[in-house]
Amino acid sequence: MPEQLAFAMEVFLNGLMSGVLYALVALGFVLIYKASGIFNFAQGVMALFAAMTLVGIQNGQVPFAHLINAVLGTHIHHFGWHIHSVLALILTVGVMVLLAVAIQKFVFRHLVGQEPIILFMATIGLAYFLEGFADLMWNSEIKKLEFCLAGTTCLPQGINLAIDEATYNWFGYGFFIDNLDITATIVAIILVIALVAFSQYTKQGRAMRAVADDHQAALSVGISLNFIWVLVWSVAGFVALVAGIMWGAKSGVQFSLSLIALKALPVLMLGGFTSIPGAIIGGLIIGVGEKLFEFWVGPLVGGATENWFAYVLALVFLVFRPQGLFGEKIIERV
Amino acid sequence: MSTQESYVTEDGRTIGPTVMEMKNITLRFGGVKAITDISFDIREGEIRAIIGPNGAGKSSMLNVISGFYVPQEGEVWYKGKKRPPMKPYQVAEQGIARTFQNIALFEGMTVLDNVMTGRIRQMKAGLLSQAIWKGKAEKEEIENREFVEKIIDFLEIQAIRKTPVGRLPYGLKKRVELARALAAEPSILLLDEPMAGMNVEEKEDMSRFILDMNDEFGTTIALIEHDMGVVMDLSDRVVVMDYGKKIGDGTPDEVRSNQAVIDAYLGVAHD
Repeated sequence: MPEQLAFAMEVFLNGLMSGVLYALVALGFVLIYKASGIFNFAQGVMALFAAMTLVGIQNGQVPFAHLINAVLGTHIHHFGWHIHSVLALILTVGVMVLLAVAIQKFVFRHLVGQEPIILFMATIGLAYFLEGFADLMWNSEIKKLEFCLAGTTCLPQGINLAIDEATYNWFGYGFFIDNLDITATIVAIILVIALVAFSQYTKQGRAMRAVADDHQAALSVGISLNFIWVLVWSVAGFVALVAGIMWGAKSGVQFSLSLIALKALPVLMLGGFTSIPGAIIGGLIIGVGEKLFEFWVGPLVGGATENWFAYVLALVFLVFRPQGLFGEKIIERV
Repeated sequence: MSTQESYVTEDGRTIGPTVMEMKNITLRFGGVKAITDISFDIREGEIRAIIGPNGAGKSSMLNVISGFYVPQEGEVWYKGKKRPPMKPYQVAEQGIARTFQNIALFEGMTVLDNVMTGRIRQMKAGLLSQAIWKGKAEKEEIENREFVEKIIDFLEIQAIRKTPVGRLPYGLKKRVELARALAAEPSILLLDEPMAGMNVEEKEDMSRFILDMNDEFGTTIALIEHDMGVVMDLSDRVVVMDYGKKIGDGTPDEVRSNQAVIDAYLGVAHD
């Protein structure tokens, strides 16, 4: 295999895998948008909050330590224990469910039937609140996310990886592939299968689809809208948690994690806001597209095309196919 | 008004005791009175019609029964108990199913899935049991599917089972909505203008389904309809409303000869 082609292949593979990570974030958006018509600007911050909570619980951090110390004049920071990753994961899921209940109870229950733009503004408010709340609860230091199933079976770390560890020899060419990306891909595939199975084959999933389709009809067959919306926010919280773990392991748990939401926007414009397969394929196209574009066109224009490629692609889509690849066709009845 | 006695109709169906009773219902929207002090009952196994000219408050009445509207005054008695104020989904859980005047279906889902949502009340298995597809969940799903297939056969919509509802023509949508309501095995089935916008043939089909439903499943039906002819043929007893008030109540023959009803429908000279 010629060197150049193999290199292009490597770029392609890496693109696919970073696309998976984009898709993970976009999925959270799609879930909430489909079920409640809310474009959740806070999805990225939810991923940050989930990752911070996981790390905090795992390391036995005292929640609101700064606040407690400031008020009581104490100097507590850690409980001094370390909690197993799996247990911490379960506890974090619990926290995300509580968050979902709170979001529904204090914000969206009072905004039922409001214009989409008002709901959108509410999620912007939610994003800022949650960002501050996360800092207050777990402090704003950059944290390292180490997720271990048992003993030394840990989630690969994205940042401090030895090059030869991540090099695979295929066709006589050393492919450099981040182990974390492989794990993320597998996790994303499992997550998507689980989500699809949940929404297609369970009673709750069926109810969720029903609510997304028609509120009145859903009520008339005995579905509680409130319960379904809490469920939807919980599922979105769970997806945010998975995305937070993957991105957190890749680049550390820090504020910039919440900005991955911005990367999810072009993915949604490509895939359509209402399609789960769309979110995934959109993510892959953007991931591969920006890597290949950088590889072929980058050198001609002085590089750094990855910063803007996704947005330009999204813009092109907005002009020619505003509903995205898989979105529901926009039909106006006159 | 409420009665415990049963009787047998001319065509041999048994009409049971009162299952639902509305007592002095008044419903206001701001200063507008949609319903004024209306009382009537629905008996088990009967077909009860609510008729009246446009804007008489028929749909509002149905919305009160199904919990979509909460009346300012009056009481709703269901199965011998006074019903506290409830959300529509709670009313549905109690076994009151309904259809809508302007069709409320899950357009993106298939006919089969739509009808299956009608069975949500009957699904009790936990999420875990559903995930591993064992025990209760498996048994339940199979039973529910069988029942749903029976209803699909009954309403003659086998051919479109897997079609997304959004693609169906109006008449079929009405039938799917009826199937979904029937799938809930309701104690009372509320039909809001089941024949609105249908041609003669479709109306005949729908009338046949309503009669068969009542006959075969023993479903208690309360329906709103404009078409006087259809109502008189179908129903056991009729409530007539005009301007939010009850102006007549009784068998089709009694109602037909009621002067207030004739005036409301044909108009009366005011001098």
